[in-house]
Amino acid sequence: MKESALSTASPARSGGWFHYLANPGRFQRIARPTLPWLAVFSLILTVTGIVWGYWFAPADWQQGDAARIMYVHVPAAWVAMAGYAALAFCSFLSLVWRHPLADIAAEEIGPVGAGFTAVCLVSGSLWGKPMWGAYWVWDARLTSVLILFFLYLGHIALIRAFDNKAHAYRAAAILALAGAVNLPIIVFSVQWWNTLHQGNTISISGGSKIYITMLYPLLIASVGFYLTFITMVVARMSAAISERKTTALLRAAAERTP
Amino acid sequence: MLASLVCLGGAVALSLAAFSSSLTYFLSPRQVVAKAPAPGQNFRLGGIVEMGSVKTTLSGDKPTTSFAITDGRAAVPVTFTGVLPDLFREGQGVVTIGAMGPHGTFVADEVLAKHGADYMPKDVEEELKKSGEWDPRFGPPPNASAWNDMKVKGSGT
Repeated sequence: MKESALSTASPARSGGWFHYLANPGRFQRIARPTLPWLAVFSLILTVTGIVWGYWFAPADWQQGDAARIMYVHVPAAWVAMAGYAALAFCSFLSLVWRHPLADIAAEEIGPVGAGFTAVCLVSGSLWGKPMWGAYWVWDARLTSVLILFFLYLGHIALIRAFDNKAHAYRAAAILALAGAVNLPIIVFSVQWWNTLHQGNTISISGGSKIYITMLYPLLIASVGFYLTFITMVVARMSAAISERKTTALLRAAAERTP
Repeated sequence: MLASLVCLGGAVALSLAAFSSSLTYFLSPRQVVAKAPAPGQNFRLGGIVEMGSVKTTLSGDKPTTSFAITDGRAAVPVTFTGVLPDLFREGQGVVTIGAMGPHGTFVADEVLAKHGADYMPKDVEEELKKSGEWDPRFGPPPNASAWNDMKVKGSGT
Protein backbone atom coordinates (compact mmCIF):
# COMPACT_ATOMS: atom_id res chain seq x y z
CA MET A 1 0.00 0.00 0.00
CA LYS A 2 1.07 3.55 -0.63
CA GLU A 3 -0.69 5.34 2.18
CA SER A 4 2.38 7.41 2.93
CA ALA A 5 2.07 8.97 -0.48
CA LEU A 6 -1.40 10.20 0.44
CA SER A 7 -0.40 12.28 3.44
CA THR A 8 -0.87 15.97 2.93
CA ALA A 9 2.68 16.53 4.09
CA SER A 10 4.35 14.83 1.13
CA PRO A 11 5.60 17.59 -1.15
CA ALA A 12 5.51 17.33 -4.92
CA ARG A 13 8.84 16.14 -6.23
CA SER A 14 9.17 18.82 -8.85
CA GLY A 15 7.44 22.08 -9.55
CA GLY A 16 4.66 23.10 -11.88
CA TRP A 17 0.94 23.64 -11.41
CA PHE A 18 0.25 20.09 -12.41
CA HIS A 19 2.24 18.62 -9.56
CA TYR A 20 0.79 21.23 -7.26
CA LEU A 21 -2.76 20.08 -8.02
CA ALA A 22 -1.89 16.40 -8.06
CA ASN A 23 -1.43 16.22 -4.31
CA PRO A 24 -4.30 14.14 -2.81
CA GLY A 25 -4.62 16.33 0.28
CA ARG A 26 -4.87 19.47 -1.81
CA PHE A 27 -7.29 17.66 -4.13
CA GLN A 28 -9.55 17.00 -1.13
CA ARG A 29 -9.45 20.63 0.00
CA ILE A 30 -10.52 21.79 -3.47
CA ALA A 31 -12.91 18.94 -4.30
CA ARG A 32 -15.00 18.89 -1.09
CA PRO A 33 -16.43 22.43 -1.34
CA THR A 34 -16.68 22.25 -5.15
CA LEU A 35 -18.65 18.99 -5.30
CA PRO A 36 -22.11 20.30 -4.29
CA TRP A 37 -21.84 23.07 -6.89
CA LEU A 38 -20.71 20.62 -9.57
CA ALA A 39 -23.64 18.36 -8.72
CA VAL A 40 -26.17 21.19 -8.89
CA PHE A 41 -24.90 22.49 -12.25
CA SER A 42 -24.79 18.95 -13.70
CA LEU A 43 -28.36 18.33 -12.69
CA ILE A 44 -29.68 21.69 -13.95
CA LEU A 45 -27.97 21.41 -17.35
CA THR A 46 -28.82 17.73 -17.90
CA VAL A 47 -32.48 18.23 -17.01
CA THR A 48 -32.72 21.44 -19.09
CA GLY A 49 -31.17 19.78 -22.14
CA ILE A 50 -33.30 16.66 -21.95
CA VAL A 51 -36.60 18.43 -21.17
CA TRP A 52 -35.94 20.93 -23.99
CA GLY A 53 -35.04 18.14 -26.39
CA TYR A 54 -37.92 15.83 -25.52
CA TRP A 55 -40.77 18.31 -25.17
CA PHE A 56 -39.89 21.56 -26.91
CA ALA A 57 -37.43 20.89 -29.76
CA PRO A 58 -39.04 20.14 -33.13
CA ALA A 59 -39.46 16.56 -34.33
CA ASP A 60 -37.12 15.45 -37.10
CA TRP A 61 -38.29 15.58 -40.75
CA GLN A 62 -37.17 12.03 -41.41
CA GLN A 63 -37.28 10.15 -38.13
CA GLY A 64 -40.05 12.06 -36.36
CA ASP A 65 -40.08 11.78 -32.57
CA ALA A 66 -37.70 8.80 -32.56
CA ALA A 67 -34.80 11.19 -33.25
CA ARG A 68 -35.27 12.62 -29.75
CA ILE A 69 -33.30 9.66 -28.40
CA MET A 70 -30.25 11.56 -29.62
CA TYR A 71 -30.50 13.97 -26.66
CA VAL A 72 -29.40 11.04 -24.46
CA HIS A 73 -27.53 8.87 -26.94
CA VAL A 74 -25.12 11.45 -28.37
CA PRO A 75 -24.05 13.05 -25.04
CA ALA A 76 -23.56 9.57 -23.54
CA ALA A 77 -21.40 8.54 -26.51
CA TRP A 78 -19.27 11.69 -26.28
CA VAL A 79 -18.75 11.29 -22.54
CA ALA A 80 -17.94 7.58 -22.95
CA MET A 81 -15.13 8.50 -25.36
CA ALA A 82 -13.90 11.55 -23.43
CA GLY A 83 -13.92 9.43 -20.27
CA TYR A 84 -11.69 6.88 -21.92
CA ALA A 85 -9.36 9.64 -23.13
CA ALA A 86 -9.15 10.86 -19.52
CA LEU A 87 -8.47 7.29 -18.37
CA ALA A 88 -5.66 6.94 -20.90
CA PHE A 89 -4.23 10.31 -19.85
CA CYS A 90 -4.25 9.33 -16.16
CA SER A 91 -2.65 6.01 -17.07
CA PHE A 92 0.12 7.87 -18.86
CA LEU A 93 0.73 10.06 -15.80
CA SER A 94 0.63 6.96 -13.63
CA LEU A 95 3.22 5.12 -15.73
CA VAL A 96 5.58 8.03 -16.23
CA TRP A 97 5.43 9.96 -12.95
CA ARG A 98 3.73 7.46 -10.60
CA HIS A 99 1.29 10.11 -9.45
CA PRO A 100 -0.86 8.60 -6.69
CA LEU A 101 -3.75 10.85 -7.70
CA ALA A 102 -3.57 9.62 -11.28
CA ASP A 103 -3.84 6.04 -10.02
CA ILE A 104 -6.89 6.89 -7.94
CA ALA A 105 -8.46 8.75 -10.88
CA ALA A 106 -7.87 5.79 -13.21
CA GLU A 107 -9.45 3.42 -10.71
CA GLU A 108 -12.53 5.62 -10.30
CA ILE A 109 -13.03 6.65 -13.95
CA GLY A 110 -13.53 3.02 -15.02
CA PRO A 111 -16.97 2.26 -13.55
CA VAL A 112 -18.37 5.72 -14.42
CA GLY A 113 -17.12 5.51 -18.02
CA ALA A 114 -18.50 1.99 -18.38
CA GLY A 115 -21.86 3.27 -17.16
CA PHE A 116 -22.01 6.03 -19.78
CA THR A 117 -20.93 3.56 -22.49
CA ALA A 118 -23.76 1.25 -21.43
CA VAL A 119 -26.24 4.14 -21.66
CA CYS A 120 -24.92 4.89 -25.15
CA LEU A 121 -25.25 1.26 -26.29
CA VAL A 122 -28.72 0.72 -24.82
CA SER A 123 -30.17 4.02 -26.07
CA GLY A 124 -28.64 3.40 -29.50
CA SER A 125 -30.16 -0.05 -29.59
CA LEU A 126 -33.61 1.33 -28.72
CA TRP A 127 -33.15 3.91 -31.48
CA GLY A 128 -31.98 1.35 -34.03
CA LYS A 129 -35.02 -0.90 -33.78
CA PRO A 130 -37.66 1.58 -35.01
CA MET A 131 -35.40 3.36 -37.54
CA TRP A 132 -33.08 0.73 -39.01
CA GLY A 133 -35.22 -2.29 -38.20
CA ALA A 134 -32.64 -3.96 -35.94
CA TYR A 135 -31.55 -3.60 -32.31
CA TRP A 136 -27.99 -4.52 -33.16
CA VAL A 137 -25.84 -4.86 -36.27
CA TRP A 138 -22.14 -5.68 -36.41
CA ASP A 139 -21.03 -2.58 -38.29
CA ALA A 140 -17.74 -0.83 -37.52
CA ARG A 141 -19.24 1.96 -35.37
CA LEU A 142 -21.34 -0.28 -33.14
CA THR A 143 -18.62 -2.91 -32.83
CA SER A 144 -15.92 -0.39 -31.91
CA VAL A 145 -18.14 1.13 -29.20
CA LEU A 146 -18.83 -2.37 -27.85
CA ILE A 147 -15.04 -2.88 -27.71
CA LEU A 148 -14.80 0.40 -25.76
CA PHE A 149 -17.29 -1.04 -23.27
CA PHE A 150 -15.22 -4.23 -22.91
CA LEU A 151 -12.03 -2.17 -22.47
CA TYR A 152 -13.67 -0.34 -19.58
CA LEU A 153 -14.81 -3.65 -18.05
CA GLY A 154 -11.35 -5.17 -18.49
CA HIS A 155 -9.76 -2.14 -16.84
CA ILE A 156 -12.22 -2.29 -13.92
CA ALA A 157 -11.40 -5.96 -13.36
CA LEU A 158 -7.64 -5.66 -13.85
CA ILE A 159 -7.05 -2.68 -11.55
CA ARG A 160 -8.80 -4.55 -8.72
CA ALA A 161 -7.25 -7.96 -9.41
CA PHE A 162 -3.89 -7.59 -7.63
CA ASP A 163 -3.03 -7.63 -3.93
CA ASN A 164 -0.10 -5.37 -4.71
CA LYS A 165 -1.69 -2.09 -5.82
CA ALA A 166 1.46 -0.88 -7.57
CA HIS A 167 1.32 -3.89 -9.91
CA ALA A 168 -2.40 -3.36 -10.47
CA TYR A 169 -1.97 0.28 -11.44
CA ARG A 170 0.85 -0.51 -13.83
CA ALA A 171 -0.96 -3.41 -15.56
CA ALA A 172 -4.21 -1.47 -15.84
CA ALA A 173 -2.40 1.60 -17.16
CA ILE A 174 -0.80 -0.46 -19.95
CA LEU A 175 -4.21 -1.88 -20.86
CA ALA A 176 -5.81 1.59 -20.89
CA LEU A 177 -3.07 3.10 -23.08
CA ALA A 178 -3.10 0.24 -25.58
CA GLY A 179 -6.89 0.48 -25.77
CA ALA A 180 -6.68 4.17 -26.65
CA VAL A 181 -6.06 3.04 -30.25
CA ASN A 182 -9.79 2.35 -30.30
CA LEU A 183 -10.79 6.01 -29.83
CA PRO A 184 -9.86 7.31 -33.32
CA ILE A 185 -11.33 4.10 -34.74
CA ILE A 186 -14.70 4.92 -33.14
CA VAL A 187 -14.62 8.51 -34.38
CA PHE A 188 -13.60 7.72 -37.97
CA SER A 189 -15.35 4.34 -38.33
CA VAL A 190 -18.23 5.97 -40.18
CA GLN A 191 -15.81 7.45 -42.73
CA TRP A 192 -13.37 4.56 -43.13
CA TRP A 193 -15.93 1.80 -43.65
CA ASN A 194 -19.45 1.39 -44.98
CA THR A 195 -21.57 1.39 -41.86
CA LEU A 196 -25.27 1.24 -41.14
CA HIS A 197 -24.74 3.94 -38.54
CA GLN A 198 -24.97 7.40 -40.10
CA GLY A 199 -22.01 9.73 -40.41
CA ASN A 200 -21.07 12.50 -37.99
CA THR A 201 -23.64 15.30 -37.68
CA ILE A 202 -21.69 17.67 -35.48
CA SER A 203 -18.49 19.05 -36.89
CA ILE A 204 -16.25 21.65 -35.34
CA SER A 205 -14.58 22.67 -38.60
CA GLY A 206 -17.52 22.56 -41.01
CA GLY A 207 -21.19 23.31 -40.43
CA SER A 208 -23.21 21.00 -38.21
CA LYS A 209 -25.93 19.19 -40.11
CA ILE A 210 -28.57 19.89 -37.50
CA TYR A 211 -31.15 22.64 -37.16
CA ILE A 212 -30.32 25.25 -34.56
CA THR A 213 -33.28 24.59 -32.23
CA MET A 214 -32.27 20.93 -32.13
CA LEU A 215 -28.59 21.76 -31.69
CA TYR A 216 -29.05 23.92 -28.55
CA PRO A 217 -30.69 21.25 -26.36
CA LEU A 218 -28.16 18.70 -27.65
CA LEU A 219 -25.24 20.88 -26.61
CA ILE A 220 -26.79 21.74 -23.23
CA ALA A 221 -27.47 18.07 -22.49
CA SER A 222 -23.90 17.29 -23.53
CA VAL A 223 -22.38 19.84 -21.14
CA GLY A 224 -24.71 18.41 -18.48
CA PHE A 225 -23.50 14.88 -19.17
CA TYR A 226 -19.83 15.96 -19.08
CA LEU A 227 -20.36 17.72 -15.75
CA THR A 228 -22.22 14.68 -14.41
CA PHE A 229 -19.27 12.50 -15.35
CA ILE A 230 -16.83 14.89 -13.66
CA THR A 231 -19.02 15.09 -10.54
CA MET A 232 -19.25 11.31 -10.25
CA VAL A 233 -15.51 10.78 -10.76
CA VAL A 234 -14.51 13.54 -8.33
CA ALA A 235 -16.96 12.25 -5.69
CA ARG A 236 -15.61 8.70 -6.07
CA MET A 237 -11.99 9.92 -5.93
CA SER A 238 -12.72 12.00 -2.83
CA ALA A 239 -14.35 9.00 -1.13
CA ALA A 240 -11.44 6.75 -2.12
CA ILE A 241 -8.88 9.18 -0.68
CA SER A 242 -10.86 9.46 2.57
CA GLU A 243 -11.11 5.69 2.76
CA ARG A 244 -7.37 5.23 2.34
CA LYS A 245 -6.62 7.90 4.92
CA THR A 246 -9.00 6.25 7.40
CA THR A 247 -7.43 2.85 6.80
CA ALA A 248 -3.96 4.32 7.34
CA LEU A 249 -5.00 6.09 10.55
CA LEU A 250 -6.69 2.96 11.93
CA ARG A 251 -3.63 0.88 11.14
CA ALA A 252 -1.34 3.41 12.79
CA ALA A 253 -3.60 3.47 15.86
CA ALA A 254 -3.64 -0.32 16.02
CA GLU A 255 0.14 -0.40 15.90
CA ARG A 256 0.43 2.09 18.77
CA THR A 257 -1.85 0.15 21.15
CA PRO A 258 0.15 -2.48 23.04
CA MET B 1 7.25 -1.98 -20.00
CA LEU B 2 7.30 0.52 -22.86
CA ALA B 3 8.07 -2.35 -25.19
CA SER B 4 5.03 -4.27 -24.01
CA LEU B 5 2.93 -1.17 -24.59
CA VAL B 6 4.21 -0.82 -28.14
CA CYS B 7 3.63 -4.53 -28.75
CA LEU B 8 0.06 -4.39 -27.45
CA GLY B 9 -0.78 -1.29 -29.46
CA GLY B 10 0.83 -2.80 -32.53
CA ALA B 11 -1.12 -6.02 -32.10
CA VAL B 12 -4.40 -4.11 -31.86
CA ALA B 13 -3.57 -2.05 -34.96
CA LEU B 14 -2.50 -5.10 -36.95
CA SER B 15 -5.57 -7.16 -36.09
CA LEU B 16 -7.77 -4.22 -37.01
CA ALA B 17 -5.99 -3.88 -40.34
CA ALA B 18 -6.53 -7.60 -40.92
CA PHE B 19 -10.23 -7.30 -40.11
CA SER B 20 -10.54 -4.17 -42.21
CA SER B 21 -12.29 -5.95 -45.09
CA SER B 22 -14.81 -7.73 -42.85
CA LEU B 23 -15.42 -4.45 -41.02
CA THR B 24 -16.95 -3.16 -44.23
CA TYR B 25 -20.56 -3.70 -43.38
CA PHE B 26 -21.98 -3.98 -46.90
CA LEU B 27 -21.05 -4.25 -50.58
CA SER B 28 -22.15 -1.59 -53.05
CA PRO B 29 -24.00 -2.43 -56.29
CA ARG B 30 -20.86 -1.54 -58.25
CA GLN B 31 -18.85 -4.15 -56.34
CA VAL B 32 -21.59 -6.74 -56.82
CA VAL B 33 -21.94 -6.09 -60.57
CA ALA B 34 -18.16 -6.29 -61.02
CA LYS B 35 -17.74 -9.50 -59.03
CA ALA B 36 -20.90 -11.04 -57.63
CA PRO B 37 -20.62 -13.52 -54.77
CA ALA B 38 -21.76 -17.05 -55.74
CA PRO B 39 -25.54 -17.67 -55.64
CA GLY B 40 -26.55 -18.91 -52.21
CA GLN B 41 -23.65 -17.18 -50.48
CA ASN B 42 -24.94 -14.69 -47.93
CA PHE B 43 -23.71 -11.11 -48.01
CA ARG B 44 -24.97 -7.59 -47.43
CA LEU B 45 -25.86 -5.24 -50.25
CA GLY B 46 -26.25 -1.55 -49.53
CA GLY B 47 -27.13 1.58 -51.49
CA ILE B 48 -30.01 3.83 -52.45
CA VAL B 49 -33.45 2.53 -53.41
CA GLU B 50 -33.72 3.56 -57.07
CA MET B 51 -36.45 6.09 -57.82
CA GLY B 52 -39.49 4.51 -59.46
CA SER B 53 -38.27 0.97 -58.96
CA VAL B 54 -40.43 -0.11 -56.01
CA LYS B 55 -43.27 -2.52 -56.79
CA THR B 56 -45.19 -4.34 -54.10
CA THR B 57 -47.38 -7.37 -54.76
CA LEU B 58 -49.43 -9.32 -52.23
CA SER B 59 -49.05 -13.08 -52.38
CA GLY B 60 -51.37 -14.50 -49.75
CA ASP B 61 -51.08 -12.19 -46.76
CA LYS B 62 -47.37 -11.47 -47.22
CA PRO B 63 -46.25 -8.49 -49.27
CA THR B 64 -43.43 -9.10 -51.71
CA THR B 65 -41.53 -6.01 -52.73
CA SER B 66 -39.18 -5.76 -55.67
CA PHE B 67 -36.91 -2.79 -56.09
CA ALA B 68 -33.45 -1.89 -57.29
CA ILE B 69 -30.51 -0.78 -55.19
CA THR B 70 -28.21 1.69 -56.87
CA ASP B 71 -25.07 3.65 -56.09
CA GLY B 72 -25.42 5.91 -59.11
CA ARG B 73 -23.20 3.80 -61.34
CA ALA B 74 -24.72 0.33 -61.12
CA ALA B 75 -28.02 -1.11 -59.94
CA VAL B 76 -28.93 -4.55 -58.61
CA PRO B 77 -32.55 -5.82 -58.61
CA VAL B 78 -33.75 -7.02 -55.22
CA THR B 79 -36.80 -8.92 -53.99
CA PHE B 80 -37.95 -9.06 -50.38
CA THR B 81 -40.92 -10.74 -48.74
CA GLY B 82 -42.02 -9.23 -45.46
CA VAL B 83 -42.65 -5.95 -43.71
CA LEU B 84 -40.25 -3.14 -44.56
CA PRO B 85 -38.95 -0.65 -41.96
CA ASP B 86 -40.78 2.68 -41.66
CA LEU B 87 -37.98 4.65 -43.29
CA PHE B 88 -37.97 2.50 -46.44
CA ARG B 89 -38.85 4.54 -49.51
CA GLU B 90 -37.50 5.49 -52.91
CA GLY B 91 -34.32 7.52 -52.60
CA GLN B 92 -33.63 6.12 -49.12
CA GLY B 93 -30.39 4.38 -48.17
CA VAL B 94 -30.87 0.72 -47.29
CA VAL B 95 -28.77 -2.29 -46.37
CA THR B 96 -30.20 -5.67 -47.37
CA ILE B 97 -29.03 -9.07 -46.15
CA GLY B 98 -29.46 -12.11 -48.38
CA ALA B 99 -27.91 -13.89 -51.35
CA MET B 100 -27.90 -13.74 -55.14
CA GLY B 101 -30.78 -15.76 -56.55
CA PRO B 102 -31.22 -16.91 -60.15
CA HIS B 103 -31.26 -14.34 -62.99
CA GLY B 104 -28.97 -11.93 -61.12
CA THR B 105 -31.63 -10.90 -58.62
CA PHE B 106 -30.66 -10.39 -54.99
CA VAL B 107 -33.06 -12.20 -52.67
CA ALA B 108 -33.12 -10.35 -49.35
CA ASP B 109 -34.07 -11.96 -46.03
CA GLU B 110 -33.78 -8.69 -44.16
CA VAL B 111 -33.95 -5.01 -45.11
CA LEU B 112 -32.42 -2.35 -42.85
CA ALA B 113 -33.03 1.34 -43.48
CA LYS B 114 -29.99 3.61 -43.41
CA HIS B 115 -30.69 7.25 -42.72
CA GLY B 116 -28.61 10.36 -43.15
CA ALA B 117 -27.07 12.50 -40.45
CA ASP B 118 -29.15 15.60 -41.21
CA TYR B 119 -31.57 16.69 -38.53
CA MET B 120 -34.13 19.42 -39.25
CA PRO B 121 -37.79 20.12 -38.54
CA LYS B 122 -40.39 19.04 -41.07
CA ASP B 123 -41.23 22.59 -42.16
CA VAL B 124 -37.60 23.42 -42.91
CA GLU B 125 -37.45 20.29 -45.07
CA GLU B 126 -40.64 21.34 -46.90
CA GLU B 127 -39.33 24.86 -47.39
CA LEU B 128 -36.06 23.56 -48.88
CA LYS B 129 -37.92 21.28 -51.27
CA LYS B 130 -40.47 23.95 -52.20
CA SER B 131 -37.80 26.51 -52.97
CA GLY B 132 -35.94 23.95 -55.08
CA GLU B 133 -32.81 24.04 -52.95
CA TRP B 134 -33.11 20.34 -52.24
CA ASP B 135 -34.27 17.80 -54.77
CA PRO B 136 -34.36 14.42 -53.01
CA ARG B 137 -33.87 12.66 -56.36
CA PHE B 138 -30.32 13.96 -56.40
CA GLY B 139 -29.29 12.91 -52.95
CA PRO B 140 -28.93 14.35 -49.46
CA PRO B 141 -29.91 17.87 -48.36
CA PRO B 142 -27.78 20.85 -49.42
CA ASN B 143 -24.89 22.17 -47.36
CA ALA B 144 -26.07 22.50 -43.77
CA SER B 145 -25.01 26.15 -43.46
CA ALA B 146 -27.83 26.93 -45.93
CA TRP B 147 -30.51 25.72 -43.55
CA ASN B 148 -29.31 25.07 -40.01
CA ASP B 149 -30.43 28.51 -38.85
CA MET B 150 -32.98 29.21 -41.59
CA LYS B 151 -36.01 31.13 -40.37
CA VAL B 152 -39.20 29.21 -41.01
CA LYS B 153 -42.54 30.03 -39.45
CA GLY B 154 -43.47 27.53 -36.77
CA SER B 155 -40.18 25.64 -36.78
CA GLY B 156 -40.34 25.19 -33.03
CA THR B 157 -38.73 26.89 -30.11
